[in-house]
Amino acid sequence: MNIAELQAYGYFALTAILVLVLYGYIYHLYSKREDADGHDYEEYSNIALKDDVTDTPVSAISDDKEK
Amino acid sequence: MENRPLEYDYTVAKLFMLTTILTGIVGMLIGVILAFQLAFPEVNTILGSGLAEYTNFSRLRPLHTDAVIFGFTLSGVFATWYYVGQRVLKVSMAESGFLMFIGKLHFVLYIIGVAAVIFSLFAGVTTSKEYAEFEWPIDIAIVVVWVLWGISVFGLIGIRREKSLYISIWYYIATFLGIAMLYLFNNMEIPTMLAASPAGETGFGAWYHSVSMYAGTNDALVQWWYGHNAVAFGFTVPIVAMIYYFLPKESGQAIYSYKLSLLSFWGLMFVYLWAGGHHLIYSTVPDWMQTMGSVFSIVLILPSWGSAINMLLTMKGEWQQVAASPLIKFMVLGSTFYMFSTLEGPIQAIKSVNAIAHFTDWIVGHVHDGVLGWVGFMIMAALYHMAPRVFKREIYSKSLMATQFWIQTLGVVLYFTSMWIAGITQGMMWRAHDEFGNLAYSFIDTVTVLHPYYTIRGVGGLLYLVGFLMFAYNIYKTMTVGRKVEESELQNASPMGA
Ligand code: HEM
Repeated sequence: MNIAELQAYGYFALTAILVLVLYGYIYHLYSKREDADGHDYEEYSNIALKDDVTDTPVSAISDDKEK
Repeated sequence: MENRPLEYDYTVAKLFMLTTILTGIVGMLIGVILAFQLAFPEVNTILGSGLAEYTNFSRLRPLHTDAVIFGFTLSGVFATWYYVGQRVLKVSMAESGFLMFIGKLHFVLYIIGVAAVIFSLFAGVTTSKEYAEFEWPIDIAIVVVWVLWGISVFGLIGIRREKSLYISIWYYIATFLGIAMLYLFNNMEIPTMLAASPAGETGFGAWYHSVSMYAGTNDALVQWWYGHNAVAFGFTVPIVAMIYYFLPKESGQAIYSYKLSLLSFWGLMFVYLWAGGHHLIYSTVPDWMQTMGSVFSIVLILPSWGSAINMLLTMKGEWQQVAASPLIKFMVLGSTFYMFSTLEGPIQAIKSVNAIAHFTDWIVGHVHDGVLGWVGFMIMAALYHMAPRVFKREIYSKSLMATQFWIQTLGVVLYFTSMWIAGITQGMMWRAHDEFGNLAYSFIDTVTVLHPYYTIRGVGGLLYLVGFLMFAYNIYKTMTVGRKVEESELQNASPMGA
């Protein structure tokens, strides 16, 4: 096997792996409502809608410290 | 210390808004000149044959592309970053003297870079690689500018109050990483003064000249991997970042599906990088790479439409806003043009279609329905939304904005329809032959036939430029005489004067 063939197989394997990862991610997203922090994904839209400096963050950095 | 409530600091955003408008005017003006040169060759020597060196098509073309890409679009990306970044991370640049300094330095070096580019391209100093024309000293300066932007992005993320990164931030990060990688690899070059001939001669050419590190087919491959992904990470990814922020914010509607936005993000990242081969169909690159380029181009429809449909559905039940607000019109039409050009591109990437489309004006038509209808509309909409918030004044004139919208829409339609007809006519004429295989037409036959379409394109481009000048005027008036507004008027729909 020469280098060009190796590259082609490597490329195919990489594509296949990436496809699996991508579909895995889709499954992961759509099989649950909430992410690891317990937030409904759709809540994150509010990051843009309530974005004054005085608005409360959707998930504040300081929550971590308080927990 | 004075005890004032914390506010977002838009100093750097304002500076970049200014360069977006200035480079937009310059770049599009040159575009219009180019369009008329193609229709009426006399325009090449419009300032007399003594200055023809500076006014001819070939000298001006890279100035157009680089001014609109690295000037207008990139300034727009920076301006919106310095606005959106603070807001969705809920942290003000005023809170960090360091980031404020980096932001200003970023702007100053960017201006120096832009000046160097304009000067050197007018002087005819170029590496002759499309969208990568800059010689090595300028490349180094550009890398520094990019690194400074990176420090701004990650610095702001580092001091944020909002833990989750809003989807637009993902897209801005991807822009930063994508362009960094592409730019570095494609611009690998060796100054000619370091080269030596087999006979032992050294020190060729001027000190600023260089040659690419790649040669022949490899050079073409790297170049179009870069060229196509410059479209991806310059004209698509950061513009999607903008629409995901500005459309929901202006309309007051939550994104239709936040999950879909995450999914399309990874889909786009996964697919885009492999599609560049479609620029090299029927060339000397390996056949499987050409096929790969075609196939990935088709698959690219999915993530592209994922974002675009998500945006259109965000307006679900709120279509009266599209009728009422010219600002929302710009974004909804932008999103529609995005869908349109991400369908047209894949069609052109199919091998048999490409055999007709390649090297013709259809490609130029495709480029411009994307950049005028999508990139240009979205950047102008973003600046319109930002203006009342950064200047604390109402947008000067709603009716002017609406008029501009219709003039520019007409301009875009004239541009791409004329280029479709011209391109397909050209493609068909080039390949037409008689039963013995003799070509039916000579090149000049096609030029004669295309003349009316080139004229129509010039008129379309001129309309777009006129609209852009109306935009510049509207923003200038907003800045100087717009009615002052209170914070409470700035929640969603932007305040506009008659
Ligand atoms: C007033 C509006 C504009 C006009 C009249 C215009 C006109 C032109 C012309 C005549 C060309 C050369 C086509 C050829 O070589 O046959 C061109 C190329 C190009 N323009 Fe524009 N342009 C405009 C705005 C823009 C904007 C806003 C962008 C990007 C943000 C843009 C991006 C490009 C690119 C990337 C190319 C190279 C296309 C290729 O190589 O296939 N243009 N434009």
